[in-house]
Amino acid sequence: MNTNNSPSAHVHRDDEAQKMGMWFFLFTELLLFGGLFLVYSIYRFKNPDAFAHGAKELNVVLGAINTIVLLTSSLTAALSITAIQKGQKKLALGLVLFTIFCALIFLVNKYFEWGHKFEIGIYPGSDLLRAIPRGEALFFVLYYFMTGLHAIHVIVGAIILGFMARYIQTGLINSDYYVLLENGALYWHLVDLIWIFLFPLLYLIH
Amino acid sequence: MGENVQHLSFLQDNGGKKGILAWITTTDHKRIGLLYFYSLTVFFLMGVVLGILMRLELMNPGKDLVEPQTYNSLFTLHGVIMIFLFVIPGIPAVFGNIALPLLLGARDVAFPKLNLLSWYLYILGALMALSTLLFGNAPDTGWTFYAPYSVRTGTNVTMAVLAAFILGFSSILTGLNFIVTIHRMRAPGMTWFRMPLFSWALYATAWIQLLATPVVGITLLMIAVERMLGIGLFDPSLGGDPILYQHLFWIYSHPAVYIMILPGMGVISEMIPVFARRRIFGYKAIAYSSLAIAFIGYFVWGHHMFTSGMSGPARVIFSLLTFLVAVPSAIKVFNWVATLYGGSIDLKPPLLYALGFIFLFLIGGLTGLVNGALAADVHIHDTYFVVGHFHYVMFGGTGFAFFAALHYWFPKVYGKMYNVKHATRAFWVLFTGFNILYFPMLVVGMMGMPRRYYDYLPQFHIPNLISTFGSWIVVSGLIYMIVVLIQGYRKGTPAGKNPWGGLTLDWQTDSPPITENFVELPIVTEGPYEYK
Repeated sequence: MNTNNSPSAHVHRDDEAQKMGMWFFLFTELLLFGGLFLVYSIYRFKNPDAFAHGAKELNVVLGAINTIVLLTSSLTAALSITAIQKGQKKLALGLVLFTIFCALIFLVNKYFEWGHKFEIGIYPGSDLLRAIPRGEALFFVLYYFMTGLHAIHVIVGAIILGFMARYIQTGLINSDYYVLLENGALYWHLVDLIWIFLFPLLYLIH
Repeated sequence: MGENVQHLSFLQDNGGKKGILAWITTTDHKRIGLLYFYSLTVFFLMGVVLGILMRLELMNPGKDLVEPQTYNSLFTLHGVIMIFLFVIPGIPAVFGNIALPLLLGARDVAFPKLNLLSWYLYILGALMALSTLLFGNAPDTGWTFYAPYSVRTGTNVTMAVLAAFILGFSSILTGLNFIVTIHRMRAPGMTWFRMPLFSWALYATAWIQLLATPVVGITLLMIAVERMLGIGLFDPSLGGDPILYQHLFWIYSHPAVYIMILPGMGVISEMIPVFARRRIFGYKAIAYSSLAIAFIGYFVWGHHMFTSGMSGPARVIFSLLTFLVAVPSAIKVFNWVATLYGGSIDLKPPLLYALGFIFLFLIGGLTGLVNGALAADVHIHDTYFVVGHFHYVMFGGTGFAFFAALHYWFPKVYGKMYNVKHATRAFWVLFTGFNILYFPMLVVGMMGMPRRYYDYLPQFHIPNLISTFGSWIVVSGLIYMIVVLIQGYRKGTPAGKNPWGGLTLDWQTDSPPITENFVELPIVTEGPYEYK
């Protein structure tokens, strides 16, 4: 009797498929933001001066700090995979936690940045935004929409990494089975990648 | 154990859970397929009821039944329900789920839990969409949610677009699951060109689901955000561009048309060789044409906007591409007909529906070319000709393919055979009623009757009367079909493993299949339609 023939005893594991699925999911995320990038480029093309003027209002320093924070966090996410491959559980856990910490720094920065904009009356539907030229208002609307959607992805990414940290602790993720961590890190890299495009588009091009 | 082991069918095997829990927490692809099937049927029938109400209103000129505003909500919700809840998920979610792993010789899809999540998202989206019937004012924008009206109307558009967003997410996850399943789960020996053609169609469809849906997702999100925050992304009075909305919407929604029709074509490709007892003619041509349709389908969206403001060269290019996308569809039709030629044809209900599909799709496809021609489109844009055209494609095409698949895999899923004689009669009622319902729309559209009005000029009366009469025959046909199938489920004779004489792997396992499909994974040594 071979228990493998019994369907209920069948266990299916295919790391390659898991990673493939994650990559396909990332395609859809790219296209989701792709729609916004398209809208951004068309409105930028229509209102070049207003967009340039709007971009001057944004805080390049805060944006640059956040860029560095995210790039660093991507590095630590990638390092955590190498660590778990080598069986260094504690190091892997520390690196994942550091990545989550970076996500929090990013969000706190974002909070101050947005908070300041709200104070000076730049937020969707505000009187100021109704009064300024339409092109400039569109810039800020897109600024909030794009960075807002990105911030949601940061939060989701941090939650995913939180699960990864837990799984490393419980040993579900180990030196033999780490595709979950790879996928979690892939998602985090996407969050990073989107920001790499958002930063110059919104903050740097004048 | 060993050879004597009794394997439970998936219908009986509750996996140690009880009652409804054994269904709504299942990860078995066949059970999830049935969950989709039952919920889809309910929504389809709701859509039918809304459609019938519209036809009743249009029976005579002037107000017959409902207020103009109610009529606007009727065609909006009829569209939303039929498109997002029935036609788009339709064949992939039901028959893709049930048949794909069986056809590939796999135990399940690649991500069974994700598969169940897709169904939950589908139900969530459906409930959100249907809630607009009960709470607030039902949306009145048409299923396309064109800006700026969708931004300004006081009706419950926000809920409807968020519902469509969630439904899109469900569709993406199904597509993702199928692509990975096809890449990774094929039985030993099943090369790409030994795959049944339904899998090829699902593969092409899944790529569209994956790559096009996010664009409409973000677009609908923009509508929702615009409504909630009063910002001006598409509203021209706030600096937005309404034409941009149309572009973004159709960048998804035209490829989505191929999400709707490609799986139907796959179903037909599966049936024709089985009931003609003949090797399929042009296997590779059919497989590649699915990919070609999926690919070219991305670049034709502009043909929805010939009259809404686009440069001359852009219109010519979109028109040309529209004609090009018809070529692979025609390749399929020619190959089906060539397969039938010289075969020993067994005119069972599934084949009847398949032939009905070919006939109706031919009309739908060719009238599509009339719309795609620039000069003609200026005249027939927004008329009933367009309504007739897409009902021939969506209902006559996808709908009939859905019924074909239903009659084809019914004995496999339930292990019982319905009454073939009555099923055949139901087909003829449905087929006749269909043409009486929709053909007059093509005529009255050519005469100039615009779509989306609750009223019309007296000269359009006769065709509308005939059309409404046809809608009653269609409903009778549907009821007839459903009764025959329910009777088959309750009292049908045992169907056996392979009632149709199919050679694909789905027919080699039990009916109904056991949990995880095969006792031992099959080894494939030849193509799927090698009739000798």
